[in-house]
Amino acid sequence: MSNEKIQAGLDKYNASVEKAIAKFPERANLPEQRLYTPLDISETDYADEIGFPGMYPFTRGVQPTMYRGRFWTMRMYAGFSTAAESNKRYRYLIESGATGLSCAFDLPTQIGYDSDDPISEGEVGKVGVAIDSLADMEVLFDQIDLGKVSTSMTINAPASVLLSMYIAVAEKQGVPADQLKGTIQNDILKEYAARGTYIFPPRPSMRLITNIFEYCSKNVPKWNTISISGYHIREAGSTASQEIAFTIADGIAYCEAAIKAGLHIDDFAGRLSFFWNAHNNVLEEVAKFRASRRVWAKVMKERFHAEKPKSMMLRVHTQTAGSMLTAQQPNNNIIRVALQTAAAVMGGTQSLHTNSRDEALALPTEESVMIALRTQQIVAYESGLADVIDPLAGSYYVEALTNKIEKEAWEYINKIDEIGGAVAAIEKGYIQKEIQDSAYKWQMDVESGAKTIVGVNKFQIEEEPPKGLLKVDASVGVAQCKRLAEMKAKRDNDAVKAALADLKKACQDENENLMPHILNAVRTYATLGEICGVMREVFGEYEAHVNL
Amino acid sequence: MAKVRVLVAKPGLDGHDRGAKVVARALRDAGFEVIYTGLRQTPEQIAEAALQEDVNVVAMSILSGAHPHLFPKVVNLIREKGMDDVLIIGGGVIPETDIPALKEAGIAEVFTPGTPTGDIVEFIKANVK
Repeated sequence: MSNEKIQAGLDKYNASVEKAIAKFPERANLPEQRLYTPLDISETDYADEIGFPGMYPFTRGVQPTMYRGRFWTMRMYAGFSTAAESNKRYRYLIESGATGLSCAFDLPTQIGYDSDDPISEGEVGKVGVAIDSLADMEVLFDQIDLGKVSTSMTINAPASVLLSMYIAVAEKQGVPADQLKGTIQNDILKEYAARGTYIFPPRPSMRLITNIFEYCSKNVPKWNTISISGYHIREAGSTASQEIAFTIADGIAYCEAAIKAGLHIDDFAGRLSFFWNAHNNVLEEVAKFRASRRVWAKVMKERFHAEKPKSMMLRVHTQTAGSMLTAQQPNNNIIRVALQTAAAVMGGTQSLHTNSRDEALALPTEESVMIALRTQQIVAYESGLADVIDPLAGSYYVEALTNKIEKEAWEYINKIDEIGGAVAAIEKGYIQKEIQDSAYKWQMDVESGAKTIVGVNKFQIEEEPPKGLLKVDASVGVAQCKRLAEMKAKRDNDAVKAALADLKKACQDENENLMPHILNAVRTYATLGEICGVMREVFGEYEAHVNL
Repeated sequence: MAKVRVLVAKPGLDGHDRGAKVVARALRDAGFEVIYTGLRQTPEQIAEAALQEDVNVVAMSILSGAHPHLFPKVVNLIREKGMDDVLIIGGGVIPETDIPALKEAGIAEVFTPGTPTGDIVEFIKANVK
C-alpha cells in the first residue's frame, strides 16, 4: 500500500473516531496517538536502524541467536544477616535452578564501615550481608566453586576491596583470577545521582574505577568491571527515557576517564555492562531496551571510534521495578513481576532478577523468592515469549516508541554534554533535579487519580497485616562484631599495618594502580573499614548538596 | 500564625531518598517551611538540627530496616534537648508489626508505602503544637 493510500485510510478512520470520542471520552495519561500505522515508521531505515541480532546497531539484541540458544541468566539478588546465613540462601538458589549469584551487601559494607563502627549500629546485616574482611568472604562462598559460578556483586564505592576479596577467596580455592566470571556494579556516578552509597569525591572515585578497568583487562579478563546502572535512577523516579539517557551519559564519562588514563577503548569497552529497570508499562519498556542498545552502539562507534563489535554491544542485566511493588494486596505483585519479566525478555535482557511479592514490606521469604524465580522459568519455558528473537520488532507502535525514546535520550545526552559531562551535571545537581521532578509528578498523578495503581488508589480492600515476614534479628550485629574482634586477635597485625601503610603511599601517587595494593591488604585480613579508612584519609569524603 | 517548620530527615546509612524528597516537596507545597537534612544523618545530628532550626515537626524516613534502632534514638535525643512539643513522625518500608513499639517509643505516627502525601499533611495540621 502506498503512503498516500494509508494516509487516506487514516483520515477516514480519524473522522470516524470523532463520534466515538464524543460518546466515550478517552482516559488520561495515554500515548499521544491512539493508533500507529506504517506512516509512523516510514522514515525508519530497516538496515541502518533496526538491522539484525548480533549486528550493529544491535537494536534487535546483542547475540545472534538470543534465547534460542540459551535463556538469559536467572540471577536472584540475595544476601542478608551473616555470611553463613547468606551462603545457605545462595546454595538453596543454586539447587533451585538459579544460574548465577548476585550478592547484596549491608549498608555499612557498601559505605566502607566495619560492623563495629558506631555508625553501623542498627544496620548490620539488614539490607544485605555484612562483610568485614576476607574471613567473611571465605564463609560467604563456602562450598561454592568460584571457577563455575558467575557472581554479581552490588558494590560501588568499595568495589575494589570486595573484588579483591573475591579474587583472594578464589586463590584459596585454587581458581586463578583469569577464570573468574562475574560483575561488580562499580558505578559511582549513579550513587551521587540516585542511590546514595558514595564515599569519596568524584575524582578519586573515577580513578579507582579506571584502576579496576586496567587491572582486570590484564588479570581478570572475564570480569564485567562495571554495571552502569539506570535501575536506581528509575527507582528514584525518572522516566524511561531519562533512565537510559542519564545512564549512557554516565557511561560516556567512564569511557572518557579511562581514555584519559591512557587506556584504549577496545581494551575495556567489551567488559562494560549495563543494568536496566523493568517497569510496569510493558511496551514502553521493550522500546526502552531496544533504543538503549541503538544509542550505545552509536556512542561507541561514532564518538569513541570503537572498532570491535563487542565494544558496541550494550549487554544488560535487569531487575523488575522494586518501587512498583505495593504494600497493599501484596499477592498482586506476583502479576506485576510477571509482566515486568515479559518486558525484560521481549526487550532482550542478558540476565534478570525478579523481585518477590513481599518486598514492599520486608526482605523476601524463601517461599516468595521461589515464586519470583518460577516466574522467570514460566516465561522462559511456557510463554513462548523467548522463542523468536525480538518478537515485537516491526510493530508500528513499538518501533515508533523506540525512535521516540532514542530521540529523547539524545536530547538529554546533548544537554549533559553542554553542561560539561555527567560528572559536572551531577555536581551541579541537574540530573538529581530532573529525577526529583519526575518522581514528584508521578506521585501527584497517583494522588490525583490520573494514574491508577491497583489496590493503592483504586480497588482497595480492608486487609489483615501480612504474616510471616522475614526479620533480621538485632543479635546479628552483636554476633558479627564478636566475629570481627576474634578475627582481629588472630591475624598478623604487623602485616596488616605494613599493608595499610603501603596502600596509603599508593593512594598519594596518582599514577599508581591501587588494585595490587588493595589485594595485598585484603590478603593480610585488613578489614574493609581499615582499607576504606586509609582511602578516606587521603581522598576525603563526598558531601552532597540537595535542592528540593 | 507562624508557618509550621518541618525537618525532613534521613537517619542512618540508607540512600533511598525518593520518598523523603517527595514528602518534603509536598509539605512545602502545602505551606510548611521545610528543611531537608540530606542523607546519612546520625541521631545526634538530627536532634541538633531540630534544635538549631527550631522546628515543630521532625519527619524521618528509613527503608533499610534500621528503624527499630534509629527512630527511638532520635526521639530520646530530641526530648533530652528539651524539645517536648516537637511532633515526631516516621515513614518507609516498615512492617505493621513494628509500629506499636515505635509508637510506644514516641513516634506519633508511622506512614507506610502507598500513603498519599495529603494524609501526612493532614496529620501534621491536626497534631502539631
